[in-house]
Amino acid sequence: MSDLEIERYELSEPRRYTFELERREFIRLFGAGIVVAVAAADALAQETGRQRPQGRGDTPDLAAWLHIDEAGLVHVSTGKVEIGQNIRTSLSQTVADELRVPLASVTLLMADTDKTPFDQGTFGSQTTPRMAPQLAKAAATAREMLIDLAAAQWRVDRSTLAARDARIVGPEGRSLSYAELTKGQALTGTIPASPATDSRDHWKIRGTAVKKVDGRAFVTGAHQYTPDIARPGLVYGRIVRPDGYGGTLVSVDDARARAMPGVAVVRDGDFLGVIAPTERAASRAAAAVQATWNVPAGQPSSETIYEYLKKNPDRGGGEAPAIATLAMPDGVVRTFEASYRIPYIAHTPLEPRAAVAEWQDGKLTVWTGTQRPFGVRTELAEAFRIPEDRVRVIVPDMGSGYGGKHTGEAAIEAARLAKAASRPVKLVWTRAEEFSWAYFRPAGVIDIKSGVDARGQIVAWAFDNWNSGGSGLQTPYDVGAKAQLFHPAKSPLRQGSYRALAATANHYAREMHMDEMARALGVDAVEFRLRHLKDDRLRAVLTAVAEKIAPGPARDEPGRRRGVGVACGTEKGGYVATAAEVSRGSGPSPWRLDRIVIAFECGAIVNPDGLRNQVEGSVVQGLGGALFEAIDFADGRVRNGTLEQYRVPRFKDVPIIETMLLDRRDIPSAGAGESSMIAVAPAIGSAVRAFGKVDTALPIRLLA
Amino acid sequence: MPRFVLRVNGRDREIDAEPGDSLLSVLRYDFGLSGSRYGCGEGQCGACTVLLDGLAARSCVTRVGSVGAKAITTIEALAQGERLHPVQQAFLEAEAFQCGYCTSGMIMAAVGLLKTNPNPSEQEVARLMDRSVCRCGTYPRIVKAVRLAAERMRTGTAVMGGSK
Repeated sequence: MSDLEIERYELSEPRRYTFELERREFIRLFGAGIVVAVAAADALAQETGRQRPQGRGDTPDLAAWLHIDEAGLVHVSTGKVEIGQNIRTSLSQTVADELRVPLASVTLLMADTDKTPFDQGTFGSQTTPRMAPQLAKAAATAREMLIDLAAAQWRVDRSTLAARDARIVGPEGRSLSYAELTKGQALTGTIPASPATDSRDHWKIRGTAVKKVDGRAFVTGAHQYTPDIARPGLVYGRIVRPDGYGGTLVSVDDARARAMPGVAVVRDGDFLGVIAPTERAASRAAAAVQATWNVPAGQPSSETIYEYLKKNPDRGGGEAPAIATLAMPDGVVRTFEASYRIPYIAHTPLEPRAAVAEWQDGKLTVWTGTQRPFGVRTELAEAFRIPEDRVRVIVPDMGSGYGGKHTGEAAIEAARLAKAASRPVKLVWTRAEEFSWAYFRPAGVIDIKSGVDARGQIVAWAFDNWNSGGSGLQTPYDVGAKAQLFHPAKSPLRQGSYRALAATANHYAREMHMDEMARALGVDAVEFRLRHLKDDRLRAVLTAVAEKIAPGPARDEPGRRRGVGVACGTEKGGYVATAAEVSRGSGPSPWRLDRIVIAFECGAIVNPDGLRNQVEGSVVQGLGGALFEAIDFADGRVRNGTLEQYRVPRFKDVPIIETMLLDRRDIPSAGAGESSMIAVAPAIGSAVRAFGKVDTALPIRLLA
Repeated sequence: MPRFVLRVNGRDREIDAEPGDSLLSVLRYDFGLSGSRYGCGEGQCGACTVLLDGLAARSCVTRVGSVGAKAITTIEALAQGERLHPVQQAFLEAEAFQCGYCTSGMIMAAVGLLKTNPNPSEQEVARLMDRSVCRCGTYPRIVKAVRLAAERMRTGTAVMGGSK
């Protein structure tokens, strides 16, 4: 009877429901059944600390809602976006688990600004630590409401009842299905202060490796991403871009384009685009437009960018903070100084920016791939000077973003063309446009100066980051006196978020520096870190990796020289250690990556298979920035803006990856899509040092 | 504009197009077969991969005028009704995708690969599929899925794809 033990309702005070919706209103909105709302105050306390804008048409206090319909099916509505990180499945697991229903009974409605509650956006690994617990509470509340309904119907003490297999079961084998209980109801529940959610020890569907809830739609090609959305009367758009950053339109000769059947040219200030009856015709028409642009001269290049960033602070109206100068304390016997350079890199999501825009009776509906549907709604409302409730943004599950799709460029462009066309317009950016006109992970310079005492202990640590960002800037090590500063700079290229943000750059610099000190002092790289590390969770992942792979100097084998490097760090509640093994062979490349060992811990694991997929994917994506990715630019133009020239990780680049997931059921779950990538580059860079001096710039390069 | 007759998924379909137009554009936007994805338009990512007479081809750089009488097979025609192709089934079971945008092309590339090499090693899968990109980094699982499908197709133990 242990199940009943768990189900027993523990609260002694009477339940209080808030009946906010009139029955008629409820039926109009939901049909019938039970609805539990998640208050925004709880779910939003989190996200970025920014104030939530008051969008018209929002229910201001709502973050998500859960509805059990008359068929006993569960509908969850959230503004979160599925971008391949698997939250459609993991959130369904949470709800199904708390409600004691099969996973297939739960459907998530996501990211539709007219139908789902306001959400700040899907970024920062916030869905699992913030949204999932809120939905768990809503589901637990609904479950208790069902118990109340059964207790009332049977006129029995509710403490004798339990929820199981989508039914409320009582003594003497009595039971009622959720469908029977919700029939004709119009009940609104409020989450009590202490909802009876399951403890992590009692998870049944959470913690298991369930498959993606809609996997079949992907293997059959049936899933419709934004570029696949079709509308009646649809026409196709294409933008004519400036031939450099900051370009302004001087003149246009569009006679040839206009002569093409069904083609229109739209010019509005520096905006220049075409509309055509087919995608192929739009492409031909855009190519036929002769535009002259005035591109500002003297723009920085990928060679001069690092100097430029240091010389062009973005003070944001205030004074720039001083550089982290630190007087070396007494007892310092040796200092280490280095300057690390991080290039701009491109997210390169395989689904490019795209949008389908449609105006109807003054209302704009846009399907687009973005991680911030409500933010894009605001962008559209501002661009077209209309109220937000005249704009609807719908985000089909996306061909990913990696932090690169927080904005609404394609949405605005498609909407402008659709306004001119008076018909729905589809705009899909080309790969070349995506490389040049999206935004990048920030470039940066990181200067570190550290000092050690006679025992080899770090006693001083000065760390300055220009432009790449503040995430992961604080060292987790005990380093005595420290000064750590982020200096925002005026970026000549558009820049923005990226998976794990600046944590990758900051960990690269910090961990390469730790490795350099350990090598110079003749101390084992793991031992050197542990000596400066109190955090048990970080020590645990580092130790787990160390047991698998011994870092240290090159270990020669017949015909093969090997190098091993290790790095670790913590970000967004995730703890990671990564080791890399490289070898020096006889091929054209001076070294190759053979093996990655990674240990990752993010609290209680919700879906071990989904997590493993994310962690392996993070490692592979991390290889890109570590081994080859860098935007090459000059004179306001990207010089390697094709997939042929801009190398992303491919099958042959992938080494053996050994993944260890540390499950901590005693710790709340953190998000996991990002932090597992932060130690990849420094582990590889440290390993390559076995063969000589390694450049302080990414991507990793062995200096001659 | 000339008219072409293309044999698509067992059906003849007519299209007015320039000979240099991309096959992918015609499949996606004229025939509504949007399961083949646009990823790069350069033939570098493989998201648009279809079969031409059973061989994997990048439809984004295949010109309509060059197809002739070759039979075009897209991801939409791979399953037999509710019954998934063994490669689809293996991708589903191995969960060899994250965002899924590369999946159609990966599956078509794998089907093409297994026609010419029914028993590829891990290294061979990696080498032969190297021009297909999974930006989410799901490569190790894709290799596993392809080999799982290969084994089942060789031994005739392909499991029936369920309806869900």
